[in-house]
Amino acid sequence: MKLNQIAATAALTLAAATGAHAQISGDVIKIGIITDMSSVYADLDGQGGVEAIKMAIADAGGTVAGKKVEVMYADHQNKADIAAAKAREWFDTQGLDMLIGGTNSGTSLAMAKVAAEKKKPFLVVGAATSALTNDQCTPYTVHWAYDTVALSKGTGNAVVKAGGKTWFFLTADYAFGAQLQNDTTKVVEAAGGKVVGSVKHPLNANDFSSFLLQAQSSKAQILGLANAGGDTINSIKAANEFGITKSMKLAGLLIFINDIHSLGLKTTQGLYLTDSWYWNQNADTRAWSRRFFEKMKRMPSSLQAADYSATLQYLNAVKASNSDDADKVLAQMRKTKINDIFAKGGWIRGDGRMVHDMYLMQVKTPEQSTEPWDYYNVVQTFKGEEPWTTKAESKCPLWK
Amino acid sequence: MEIFGIPLQAFLGQLLLGLVNGSFYAILSLGLAVIFGLLGIVNFAHGALYMMGAYVAWLGLEYFGMNYWLALLVAPLVVGALGLLIERTLLKQLYRIDPIYGLLLTFGLSLIAEGIFRDRFGVSGQQYAVPELLQGATNLGFMILPNYRGWVVFASLLICFGTWYLIERTRLGSYLRAGTENPALVQAFGVNVPLMVALTYAFGAGLAAVAGVLAAPVIQITPLMGSNLIIVVFAVVVIGGMGSILGSILTGLVLGLVEGLTKVFYPEASNIVVFVIMAIVLIIRPAGLFGKER
Repeated sequence: MKLNQIAATAALTLAAATGAHAQISGDVIKIGIITDMSSVYADLDGQGGVEAIKMAIADAGGTVAGKKVEVMYADHQNKADIAAAKAREWFDTQGLDMLIGGTNSGTSLAMAKVAAEKKKPFLVVGAATSALTNDQCTPYTVHWAYDTVALSKGTGNAVVKAGGKTWFFLTADYAFGAQLQNDTTKVVEAAGGKVVGSVKHPLNANDFSSFLLQAQSSKAQILGLANAGGDTINSIKAANEFGITKSMKLAGLLIFINDIHSLGLKTTQGLYLTDSWYWNQNADTRAWSRRFFEKMKRMPSSLQAADYSATLQYLNAVKASNSDDADKVLAQMRKTKINDIFAKGGWIRGDGRMVHDMYLMQVKTPEQSTEPWDYYNVVQTFKGEEPWTTKAESKCPLWK
Repeated sequence: MEIFGIPLQAFLGQLLLGLVNGSFYAILSLGLAVIFGLLGIVNFAHGALYMMGAYVAWLGLEYFGMNYWLALLVAPLVVGALGLLIERTLLKQLYRIDPIYGLLLTFGLSLIAEGIFRDRFGVSGQQYAVPELLQGATNLGFMILPNYRGWVVFASLLICFGTWYLIERTRLGSYLRAGTENPALVQAFGVNVPLMVALTYAFGAGLAAVAGVLAAPVIQITPLMGSNLIIVVFAVVVIGGMGSILGSILTGLVLGLVEGLTKVFYPEASNIVVFVIMAIVLIIRPAGLFGKER
């Protein structure tokens, strides 16, 4: 083989490289999480998410209904086919009882199909797309933390109200970005704003300057960032560098505390964002977060708290129904109010949406911040059903 | 005036940004080309070396107050020394066997390096400020160019053509080329060929580190920054022709431009356009645009 061809083949192989890790367990209650463990979203969920699940299992006593509880995790590398294949393997050969969907909407949509086919509970934590409880809802999918509708209703409305009438979107080119842009467009237009253009960028792009220049020439007031993780960080960084922030205001539609930590308060102060949870909300969240910090050396994101909550509520339902039969456990979960460090008075709706409060937050200035990770002021609380898809908007046949 | 429906000013702006990205491609693919041309090693660890260069700059600033200009010198020395160690302990075992082993070894090394940094620093990354001297932006009429990006183009062109001159036009370069052509004969003339080869790998690693320092203020420093880029850079080297030094520089710059324009006309394709070109080039000229069939 010619060297040139070897290198070419290797380059393409690397682009699709595999290397999933799995932990295999015996005949027990098995909880699995398939998430991004190694790429752009790994800090938001990843190993920290696994740790949060372990904390929930420990808090449930390690055994439930006389059975030992074990956790398995795998890296889907942001590829839907890997996620679906891993989920199928675990259900078929490992006796997985409940699957938690990590970050990346494309992978969760793929896993939702597998879980529905295998009739096993699929609790989605990290993925944002509202399609999971709308046109692609299943009796086995429960969407736990947040979704694109809630993000857009929160941040979208707040920004339009503050005078941001014309929008340009910088959108991650996959299921999540498209859905977030779509949902935000509806909110912006309903509030009297206008979307003047958008540009799609590949996931994990290495340079945003070109896209930002296109955004700037649109003359829109608001640059809506319909992306997440490392992509959002690099977008904000480049926007500052090219002086885009002087002529346009940034609206980060999905920003996590890890992104703020990485960018620093100096760059992000004043930014509005919508999230499902913040570690520094009250004594309970702080206490739990400090436990998490002991293990991970960073404060938990909302997703990691939701991983904990989803696992704890599932185990409570197994205990209450004294069974790990999917239908029985899910029925139990649906009739129980959710009260833990993540949600107060939450409940699971017919479409699979776990309804709970969402928060509009503003990033503190460096002077306001009193300790590391003290980053947000809660500006507004969206109560109960307010931030979520309404029955009128829903196309989910299970919720009619 | 408009070009394909895009105002001329915007078009020029995008070309310039493409050139900035092309500069990174050029300096990275040059390092790969030097290592491949002189050692026959397909160095998949290049992305990790690039990432480590950026981290040396960041760690140096964080813990020792080392400024950017010093980092430009220190990072290549540190990473180059690491390269020397890799060559002396691992790569030298592989020269006589199929190049695929070198590729697998370096790929494995890069996974290990990324894993270590990911474990230590997370993937959200670290910030590195633009040095004071290069802060601000210049209005070029058709766009506002941050001064730092201008510096990147200048510095990388300087480094690229300096390296080309060193290897193709100096006595040291001729030793290097002769040493790889016929090591036994050159050794017989009293030249220490193994040392020369080891230093070449260290030099290539140092080039990657320089690119890492150059990139540090522009993008977030993360353990993944190398793996995102290296695949594209490999395609650049394949298109230019493995081992062709001038070819890799020119191809890097040109593909930066092509990619930049793709971002304007069909942004969704911007991450595959390089691979499409690679496929076409391999069909028409399997040795690459500037390569020779061996």
